Amino acid sequence: MRFAVVVFPGSNCDHDAYHALADVLGQQVDLVWHKATDLRGPDAVVLPGGFSYGDYLRCGAIARFSPIMDRVREFAAAGGPVIGICNGFQVLLEAGLLPGGMRRNRDLKFICEHVHLRVEASDTPFTRRAAVGQVLRIPIAHGEGNYYADPGTLSELAENRQIVFRYTAPDGAADERRNVNGSTQAIAGICSRERNVLGLMPHPERACEVAVGSTDGRVVFESVLAAAAVPASVAEAI
Amino acid sequence: MIDPGTIAAHGLTTEEYQRIVAILGRDPNLLELGIFSVMWSEHCSYKSSRIHLRTLPTAGPRVLQGPGENAGVLDIGGGLAAVFKIESHNHPSFIEPYQGAATGVGGIIRDIFTMGARPVALLDSLRFGSLESPATRRLVQGVVAGIAGYGNSIGIPTVGGEVAFDDTYSGNPLVNVFCLGIAPVDGVIRGRAEGTGNAVYYVGAKTGRDGIHGATMASAEFDDASAEKRPNVQVGDPFMEKLLLEACLEVLQTDALVGLQDMGAAGLTCSSCEMGARGGAGIDIDVARVPQRESDMTPYEIMLSESQERMLFIVRQGREAEVDRVFEKWDLHAVRIGEVTGDGLLRVRDGGEIVAEIPNRPLADEAPLYDRPYREPEDLHQRQTLDLSVLAPGGTPSMAFRRLLGSPGIASKRWIYRQYDHMVRTNTIVPAGAGAGVVRVKGTPRALAFSVDGNGRYCFLDPYRGAMLAVAESARNVACVGGRPIGATNCLNFGNPERPEIMWQFARAVAGIGDACRALHIPITGGNVSLYNETDGQAILPTPVLGVVGIIEDARRVVGRVFREAGAVVMLLGAPGGALGGSEYLKVMHGIVRGTPPELDLEAERALQQLVAELAEAGRLRSAHDCSDGGLAVALAECAFGNGGIGFDVAIPGSSDGAGLAAALFGEAASQIVVSVREADADAVLERAAAASVPAQVLGRTGGERLRFTFDGEPAVEVELAEAEQRWATGLSRYFEVPAA
Repeated sequence: MRFAVVVFPGSNCDHDAYHALADVLGQQVDLVWHKATDLRGPDAVVLPGGFSYGDYLRCGAIARFSPIMDRVREFAAAGGPVIGICNGFQVLLEAGLLPGGMRRNRDLKFICEHVHLRVEASDTPFTRRAAVGQVLRIPIAHGEGNYYADPGTLSELAENRQIVFRYTAPDGAADERRNVNGSTQAIAGICSRERNVLGLMPHPERACEVAVGSTDGRVVFESVLAAAAVPASVAEAI
Repeated sequence: MIDPGTIAAHGLTTEEYQRIVAILGRDPNLLELGIFSVMWSEHCSYKSSRIHLRTLPTAGPRVLQGPGENAGVLDIGGGLAAVFKIESHNHPSFIEPYQGAATGVGGIIRDIFTMGARPVALLDSLRFGSLESPATRRLVQGVVAGIAGYGNSIGIPTVGGEVAFDDTYSGNPLVNVFCLGIAPVDGVIRGRAEGTGNAVYYVGAKTGRDGIHGATMASAEFDDASAEKRPNVQVGDPFMEKLLLEACLEVLQTDALVGLQDMGAAGLTCSSCEMGARGGAGIDIDVARVPQRESDMTPYEIMLSESQERMLFIVRQGREAEVDRVFEKWDLHAVRIGEVTGDGLLRVRDGGEIVAEIPNRPLADEAPLYDRPYREPEDLHQRQTLDLSVLAPGGTPSMAFRRLLGSPGIASKRWIYRQYDHMVRTNTIVPAGAGAGVVRVKGTPRALAFSVDGNGRYCFLDPYRGAMLAVAESARNVACVGGRPIGATNCLNFGNPERPEIMWQFARAVAGIGDACRALHIPITGGNVSLYNETDGQAILPTPVLGVVGIIEDARRVVGRVFREAGAVVMLLGAPGGALGGSEYLKVMHGIVRGTPPELDLEAERALQQLVAELAEAGRLRSAHDCSDGGLAVALAECAFGNGGIGFDVAIPGSSDGAGLAAALFGEAASQIVVSVREADADAVLERAAAASVPAQVLGRTGGERLRFTFDGEPAVEVELAEAEQRWATGLSRYFEVPAA
């Protein structure tokens, strides 16, 4: 399967996404520069984590104007799977491909640690290999991941079952103390109404190998491969 | 003719001024005086320290580049090199903690990619005053946020470090940042200007009026007026540096560059004359072509500005277009501001007019060299005298144990490293909070381990032995994760070298580093000296910080700090017993820094480190952790925390006839490592230790929900695991977080 990983100026998880997809999962990956006007025919698009344009304005607010974003919009509109991770999620929100917005973390500090996520929907191209209620242990690393949406949007998200991941206790129980950044309804990831665009703050690409402490992130990418009926062959670096 | 007031305002002595006149054969103009003043500042010239630094061992089979370049380079096999260095940003961090620390991170990262390496990890060594003071807490928050703000944004993981607290640092916090990068051996490039006619390129951010005379500021003591120096601190832009990093590494793929150097301290002045001096060339630049952020800047301001995120390139004649193309892609400035000449002069023009002309070599390499007088402090003997019998009773051992675990110097540093992205680049294979940072080297079976360590208390009591202990501890931390030390960098933080007692500390510490590095076969490949760490005449504890780098040939064999399962055998490797001189126990329980630091037998230390690395490579160790602050009891407790927690039941070596229970539990010693091994491996480990002439003994077993210590056959300390871990987990964070209701 062919993945396009978009590189914005300031992206810094582009190489990590490349490593997880190409080296660990054995897929074909193109790093696509943000000024490009062609995605080069991918089967899926990844907007990686980082600090696009330094995130000196609202996170992702400038990246959404990058030339490549027109192609990403078209790709999504045509039903292609798009994953925005961390800063990539913020870019998707700014680009209007997903609803809601981000505030600074509740304690106003950057947080980097492994958290527990409960899978809330398995009928997406990104979770079809997971079960509803399954708990994944995946790292977060962000300063602005406190998801917000107004009540009207929240009921739409609920109605359309667009909430894909929530922060929970290790056993999957809801626990406001485990809602690490203070997100509304402990939301960690959502998908579009059409289900083919996913945004999430945690980093599944950092959880694909035993050596780095977790392999729970693989299920997100393996689901995408399964959706396209591509077998994954896993090869860990060490 | 320049008047004496102007000379003094530039931090130059009359003798130094005479030397400038002799070099030029005339009086300098104001710009030339400014250029000399920054190049001959302590910060840039090492004029008080060079004579001692020369004695350090710098050669070794893996050393590809020793001191004198932007960073040291070691061969790590497989055609790859580790490029690393540590640097201080102490003074700016006190004046403006966020930006001071942030630009410290930015500066050391530039030193690494300037050598052609991709930076892959950062560590920090920090020192602050007591956290009881609101001003210190503000400093800590600012420094940590600044390190996080820069490192997280640029996408280089901060994988570990160390922090300690002592009142002497309250007016002089230490912020030492270590960065490590990886480069192909044949891709390492140096900071040299060569080839008459080659172009001199200015790349990166525009030049502003920030940081003018920053290097001079870093070469003076603080007083009440220091807050007024805030405009001297630069402002960092990690986004700009991220672009610069990617653009530089991309340009270096082309072979179009002869050399490059970061514009750090003393900015354009230092980068141009140092590159010229190294290559034996002249540099002819026109400041009117330098991109400027502000209007009407004078040549003086442009040459001395320390604006961040700028570099100087020497581009091969005819290859300029390749550089232009890459920098255009990244939307960065790359401007030809001059060329390399054959006359050895730094010639500065402003438009057509020549405004300064100084020979590069004397400017860069012939700064005054001082063999400053040194003298043993008069109260040294008093410091080293420790009479435990006069101390007030310190409470029961259980109370002391609880208090030590909750003291900020020993407690978990999670509140700090949680703010750092320690995982980006997906190479971090030992979680942050361990003794050493470990990153795997993708594409190879190897990993690199590295640790920064120093102990100001030990050095205050005996700078020679204290510095040796810092080398030993840093290397031991590398050994504990399964690494073999291959080289080191150092950051030497001291007070005012014009005071003979301080200079004595410095000279003794450098001698200690040299002796320890020779005995452990660890070459020093460079580093940094930070002097004048004094406020109102109060010097910091002498604090040499060592950053040792080691190699793990098989990354799968890496070993962590934390016990892995119940029922494992807990062993002490190294001679048992500890002493309270200079210990964290005395500091925390009695508020004193007295006595002599632990004895150190370097041959025993080397044998211990080799044994641990060998056991790790053989897959015999389930965990390993060195004994340092807080002694054996604290080291054991630290192995129990994390992973959900696993208790233990151990017998502490020693007897009540000997040094006593407090020394047995909390006394500190060099050359001790606590390991846990599978029951089935225990005999083999003891045999290997015996064969290596390393003392080893079984202390007990892991398991249960309690931390149990017996001593001399009697129960000594018993604490619930959960309670102990809670104290340790919140000992630092309690100063910053309001507990949840």
